[in-house]
Amino acid sequence: MKKKFKIKHFINYIVVGAATIIFTILNSVGVLGLSEQFLLEKIAISIILAVSLGLVVGFLGELSLGHAGFMCIGAYIGGKVASLLSESMGNGFLTLIIALAVGGLSAAVAGAIIGLPALRLKGDYLAIVTLAFGEIVKTLFLNSSEETFGGPIGLETPRYDRNSLFIIGFVVVLIMLAVIQNLIRSKHGRAITSIRDSEIAARATGINVTKYKLLVFALSAFFAGIAGVLFSYSNYRVQCTKFDYNYSIEILVMVVLGGMGSVNGSIIAASLITFLQIQLASILTGDLAVLQNIFYALVLILIVIYNNAPALKGFREKHNLKSFISKLFKKKKEDPSEVRDDEAKWDRVPTKINMDELLSMDIKVTESTMKPDKGGKE
Amino acid sequence: MDYILETTDLGIAFGGLKAAEHVNISIKKNEIYGLIGPNGAGKTTIFNIITGVYQPTWGSFKLDGEVIKNLPQEKINQKGIARTFQNIRLFNNMTVVRNVMVGLHNRKEYKCGFFTSVLRLPKHFKVEKEMREKAKELLDIFGLLEERNNLACNLPYGKQRKLEIARALATNPKLLLLDEPAAGMNPNETMELAETIKLIRDKFDMTILLIDHDLKFVSGLCDRVTVLNFGTVLADGNISEVLNNKDVIEAYIGKKEEDE
Repeated sequence: MKKKFKIKHFINYIVVGAATIIFTILNSVGVLGLSEQFLLEKIAISIILAVSLGLVVGFLGELSLGHAGFMCIGAYIGGKVASLLSESMGNGFLTLIIALAVGGLSAAVAGAIIGLPALRLKGDYLAIVTLAFGEIVKTLFLNSSEETFGGPIGLETPRYDRNSLFIIGFVVVLIMLAVIQNLIRSKHGRAITSIRDSEIAARATGINVTKYKLLVFALSAFFAGIAGVLFSYSNYRVQCTKFDYNYSIEILVMVVLGGMGSVNGSIIAASLITFLQIQLASILTGDLAVLQNIFYALVLILIVIYNNAPALKGFREKHNLKSFISKLFKKKKEDPSEVRDDEAKWDRVPTKINMDELLSMDIKVTESTMKPDKGGKE
Repeated sequence: MDYILETTDLGIAFGGLKAAEHVNISIKKNEIYGLIGPNGAGKTTIFNIITGVYQPTWGSFKLDGEVIKNLPQEKINQKGIARTFQNIRLFNNMTVVRNVMVGLHNRKEYKCGFFTSVLRLPKHFKVEKEMREKAKELLDIFGLLEERNNLACNLPYGKQRKLEIARALATNPKLLLLDEPAAGMNPNETMELAETIKLIRDKFDMTILLIDHDLKFVSGLCDRVTVLNFGTVLADGNISEVLNNKDVIEAYIGKKEEDE
């Protein structure tokens, strides 16, 4: 077998890596202001959250609504470790690394614990358990004493140098991409996607479903915890009101919009949504602040309709990114019969939340009810 | 006599309903054994007990002399019992070759740890390549090699059945359970399937237990059968004897009028 370098598998590393380098250069020249740095930090955090949740929702096929809870654990524990360590060894790179590791691992332990009921529960019931878990975590930190985690005022955390925090964020994104994509594109990833497609058949084929579910939950929570630590470094205070279920659902929206089971889609959706939110927040201030959420929701609805409405299918096929790029490079369309098995899609969409089906259902009904009318007239 | 599968007084009750009772089946090595009976006789229930979906209420069963008890499905599969399903259960969003590769997952020769895969050590590539070659080999036997890059859900019905058998065989079982393999097939496909099943027996030295309603198909394939009715064994033994058994005929087509 010939070994080919498949650009398809590396495109996201290249894009994220290039973005990191470009922004690092722009930053060292001094083009980036504080707000841009802040935006980039937020984008890195969102990407980490979306891709790690995508592992659970898109590849394992379980609906988890407690991702903000894992992030909360990472933010508080990592932030606490950082503030303790910065007293003794200074607020340096080593402190950051230790905080990231501790925050990530404690979230991973929580993920494994929440993974245990996940072995028995399915679909909606698991979603309810994870939702409740997120709220429990939030409430626990809210009711902590002021000396430990700050209680309602929040935990004061050390800040990291603004000039390099976003770069660290993007490096973490790259590492996470490597881990998650290497996992998915291995025999273990195959086992995980087989559980998504049919748990009964996976068990009958000898796949240890318990082990893989725990693994995926823990890994996903680990990266959510790391995102939490980064969050605590990018803010003066960690306040648990931020990590409510709205935030969990926001992350889920990123995953669903990006296309479930698609890592690249999650990256793009996370970047765009975060960008949109922060831009809206900076444009619409004062009395207009009320409009932020309305605009945000409106844009989301438009994106969903554009991506899923069957009536727009033709338009979508003509004007999508792929044809735009192939026009740009005048590349010939790939012959689908020549696709080798390595290149066949990893990114298949599972059917737990099937937007296409939901949206097309209405239209089918109207079509079938309209047809007899026509026949009657003729 | 060495039996691959031996059940003794196997039975299960769901609440007050006895779905199966006193089921004794003994299957010799390299045999194609049939399990037949009218709808609701408890055939699939017996399959589900043997594959660990249900735990038996009474009795026990031995695989190759070893008593299997209280094991989850995946462990039983690793012990050497593989199955297909009455309603096909493939990994629909995965390609055909990957479906088979999932079946190869637990084989000792393709062991590859989690960190080996994530760190992309050379062993990962070696194992992946070997698994792919092995899967292609299996697909070739079933005539599915050309379709290997299609999604499993896009295969025609007959090929989906074959793929399911290929995936079960990939787990390297001692005993293969086929739940209504010929259901929904036309006579030509059924004949082709019978040939495939014989081929599997000879090529892999496999022991096969199958359920089917098509008596022509069963009598052409099986050496011995067990007939179940209302959860109990109605008759067992050689196929020709069993099909001429008065009770069996009665269970299938009812009594003659003058007998009543």
